[in-house]
Amino acid sequence: MDLQHQVEQFLYRQADLLDRKQWQDWIDLFTPDGIYWMPPDATYQTWDGQPAIFAEDRNLMTVRMKRVLHPDAWSQRPLWETSHVVSNVVIEKKHKSGEIEVRSRFHMMELRRDDVRHFAGAYSHRLVKVKNQFGIKLQRVDMTNAQAAYDYVLQVWV
Amino acid sequence: MERDIVSLVEPDRVRREVYTDPALFDLEMRRIHETVWIYCGHETQVPRPGDYYAVQIGRQPMIMVRDKDGRIHVLYNRCPHRGNMMCGDRRGNTGGFFNCSYHGWTFQHDGGLRSIPMMESGYEGTRFGRDNPDCSMKKAPRVERYRGFVFASLAARGPSLLEFLGESKIAFDDMCDRAPEGEVEIVPNCFRVIQHSNWKIFLENQLDALHPSVTHQSTGRAAHEVEQEIARKAKKGTAPLSYHMLSAFATVTVDKWDAFQTLNYPHGHCILTGYMGLRPQDPDTLAYDKIMIKTYGQKRFEEIVGVNIHHVLIYPGLSVQSALQQLRAIRPLGVDRTLTEIWHFRLKGAPEPIYRRSLAYYNLVNSPATLVNADDLENFWKCHQGLASDGGDWVTFGRHLGRDIEKNGVVETGPNMGTSEAPMRNQMKAWVQYMQG
Repeated sequence: MDLQHQVEQFLYRQADLLDRKQWQDWIDLFTPDGIYWMPPDATYQTWDGQPAIFAEDRNLMTVRMKRVLHPDAWSQRPLWETSHVVSNVVIEKKHKSGEIEVRSRFHMMELRRDDVRHFAGAYSHRLVKVKNQFGIKLQRVDMTNAQAAYDYVLQVWV
Repeated sequence: MERDIVSLVEPDRVRREVYTDPALFDLEMRRIHETVWIYCGHETQVPRPGDYYAVQIGRQPMIMVRDKDGRIHVLYNRCPHRGNMMCGDRRGNTGGFFNCSYHGWTFQHDGGLRSIPMMESGYEGTRFGRDNPDCSMKKAPRVERYRGFVFASLAARGPSLLEFLGESKIAFDDMCDRAPEGEVEIVPNCFRVIQHSNWKIFLENQLDALHPSVTHQSTGRAAHEVEQEIARKAKKGTAPLSYHMLSAFATVTVDKWDAFQTLNYPHGHCILTGYMGLRPQDPDTLAYDKIMIKTYGQKRFEEIVGVNIHHVLIYPGLSVQSALQQLRAIRPLGVDRTLTEIWHFRLKGAPEPIYRRSLAYYNLVNSPATLVNADDLENFWKCHQGLASDGGDWVTFGRHLGRDIEKNGVVETGPNMGTSEAPMRNQMKAWVQYMQG
């Protein structure tokens, strides 16, 4: 399989795990030092020490997962589903270290009770191959509507 | 209407229409939000001449703008010519003057008319022109600042800002005093979240000490488990303080919240005492303490960090967590929709790790991906939906009724009665006074 195809399959799997609420499998896509980051707008250069919509290492991801799985996570009771589409996958850089930088676009439709919301934007992934499998060192999510007012909130990763 | 208002509120309960009736909402906007002092923003949001921020006061779209002399004005966002909005964006810089995008009328930063295209030939002999105040942008009648926090009142007369704030001004003192330089500066990011519920439901929740361990149980438990796991793996280490802020929702069980106290003041303002993780002894805190003691001296330092506040509610629209340097301003959008604008601040002169502490709380609790408020907003929505029901006409605030202690117009909850619904009773008392005009 060529690299482009492998990367695409990996990104589709990442989105599919979110849509199927396979939270632990999704967290396991990240390297031990992996970070999931959604900056407030596209001008931010680092996730560290700045306001962020999400800036989570695996420990914080685990808090979020355990929270949504808790029987008394009241906001999780209603019908709630998402559907991601990932496209425009471009390998931007291959580092000597083996790390690769990938850009793609996503569109997520969310249903919560009777309300539909749309979130879309760009993914920037920094991937590393560990034992012939990709691991996410950084997943940056630049949401086009990041600065728009949120009608309700985001409960899990986009 | 006055008699109706009185009949809506009893000492221990409130008619549901108070939250759901659009006509009452309009009256609230007129008699409360468009009358009293409303928080507009912090002066560091508009550092340069021409910088502006849009702000909603009641139903009125306003602009907070800085002029070239450093003064801050709050103007109606409206051109006096044909009513065009002057600034279409939430923030920006107007340059040397406001320029209407429709017919090119221009205005100074204080709203005064600067020019009209072909004014002489177009308006000679008419009542319009520079001498007519109706040709200037209308200003908020009163604007005042306290320690950098800008408020405006759309009423020409009324108590001064400090008279209005009373004891609740401690929100700003507590925040600024914790800075070695005695002031704070805004971190230029605003998280905006819309709640599908009446604005008062949010305010009542802010000092509701009974809800955290119920509503936020899931987050508290999850954070507690991960916190312990981190500590176990780190051997002699501990998890960052941010985990403690979250796990407290589970470890501070419902009975322990009674140990907190609320102080209820005139105008509906309230303070919830107690702050999770107050005065930790980690190296970051100790380094900060050292700077503070050097600046203020031991005695004053003890006074400053000894202030024990979790939340200050400045009725009708500002919830401040001074020890964590953040605030939420509410902007009612309709009887069942409320916008919250969420900001945080840097303590000037404090070391970076102290900033990171408030940042962690801002990101984890107050961002649009909040681990905490998601369940509050779910409750607020359910509350508002339930109030449409004919299953009951009243919302009740009876907890620890009759056991509050009143001294000089201040209502304190009794010993070990922190979960008293005194703050809700106090807010409704102020509401009735305001609504009677």
